[in-house]
Amino acid sequence: MRAPLSDLPLVIDQVSLEAGAARLLDRVSLTIAPGPPTLIIGPNGAGKTSLLRLGMGLVSPSAGRVTWGGRTERAPERRAMVFQRPVMLRRSAAANVGYALAQAGVPRSSRAARGAELLERVGLADLAGRPARRLSGGEQQRLALARALARKPEILLLDEPTASLDPAASRSVEEIILMAAQSGIKIVMASHDLGQVRRLAGDVIFMLRGTVHERGTASDFLETPVTPEAAAFLRGDLVI
Amino acid sequence: MSDQLNAWQLILDGDPTLFAIVRLSLAVSLVAVALAALIGMPLGAMLALTRFHGRSVLIVLLNALMGLPPVVAGLAVYLLLSRSGPLGALGILFTPAAMVVAQTILIIPIVAAPTRQTIEDLWSEYRDELSAMGVGPGGRMMTLLWDARFSLLTAVLAGFGRAAAEVGAVMIVGGNIAGFTRTMTTTIALETSKGDLPLALGLGLILVAIVIAINAAVWGTRIWAERQVG
Repeated sequence: MRAPLSDLPLVIDQVSLEAGAARLLDRVSLTIAPGPPTLIIGPNGAGKTSLLRLGMGLVSPSAGRVTWGGRTERAPERRAMVFQRPVMLRRSAAANVGYALAQAGVPRSSRAARGAELLERVGLADLAGRPARRLSGGEQQRLALARALARKPEILLLDEPTASLDPAASRSVEEIILMAAQSGIKIVMASHDLGQVRRLAGDVIFMLRGTVHERGTASDFLETPVTPEAAAFLRGDLVI
Repeated sequence: MSDQLNAWQLILDGDPTLFAIVRLSLAVSLVAVALAALIGMPLGAMLALTRFHGRSVLIVLLNALMGLPPVVAGLAVYLLLSRSGPLGALGILFTPAAMVVAQTILIIPIVAAPTRQTIEDLWSEYRDELSAMGVGPGGRMMTLLWDARFSLLTAVLAGFGRAAAEVGAVMIVGGNIAGFTRTMTTTIALETSKGDLPLALGLGLILVAIVIAINAAVWGTRIWAERQVG
């Protein structure tokens, strides 16, 4: 098994991220510590996905520093990510979870039991033998959650996991996320759905043009936003 | 018309010389394809996943080598294995082993070049997901090769097609010795030039039939397996 390293707190310190001429993130500073779910909202192109990829260690900052539990190595220890369109490996649902367990250092002897437990947790026990690529969008997203939870993460980053799902599928994904949050996993999730923010968020990060424009507890932010841009966004006005 | 009848007659009679030739051809090409896959797939995957100076040159070279003329591959292996060559001590020139070596060299690029392209495309799809799962360089290569397995079958079939069809390489390093290194293609060439068209035609028919049968079997397996795995 892996050494008991921690990936929390996740500290993003004066980070800028550039891709060619475009500046995706502009001197963002942020500390993510254990607590209720943090939801990242903002218009398209505000930098939500970039921030999550940075927090996962998939990209290195152009300027500034990211640390996980005080360490700068980007290899993930106790963190996991679920993408908007997760890639299913060309094997069964059970084998997808088994693969994630193997990568997380779980010994072969306990993988089958842990895998079955995880599939049960996301409601896919009946589909364990089904090819992962044959699952529906919602089922694939739940399988991606099982794979992420296989890493026993302290922090789980999610990039609009319900963006392309119907309400029923969205609800079952949200239930799994809530369950994970209640078990002590720190959730950091991008969302474009204010209803979802109401249902899930402990606190909110409002992003605009590559910066953290406003941050606060969910109830404060939703009821009394400080900046006019956040207020406009909450009203449903177009904010660029 | 009578030539064709004679060719069928040879097949129907189960002519032992004919079947020895068929067996040798198949053995040489199948072993060569297996070796080329074993070398070419990891080679292509490595080239897809690493970045180093001169990589583009290597990729262009590899793609160009897909068109390597069999006689040139044969000549190179001939020089390597001839009595005074660097590997002359092995004493395998004019044996089936030399033919396997020549064909393996000939088809490594045919397997490796498409593998490189396939794995590179798949990697751009898998990169984030595998990185988020903490998959290291070795694991990446194995995972991508495994997940690309159905597409890679096509590369292997192309390699087999080349091996089964070529005459130049096996002719030069095998020597076309009757009963020892004579294959279907070298026999066809020889019998045609001798004017004995029935045997040439019979072998031609068998060769085409075998290639079609193997392709059909692989295709069927692929369809079946894809249905299982999705």
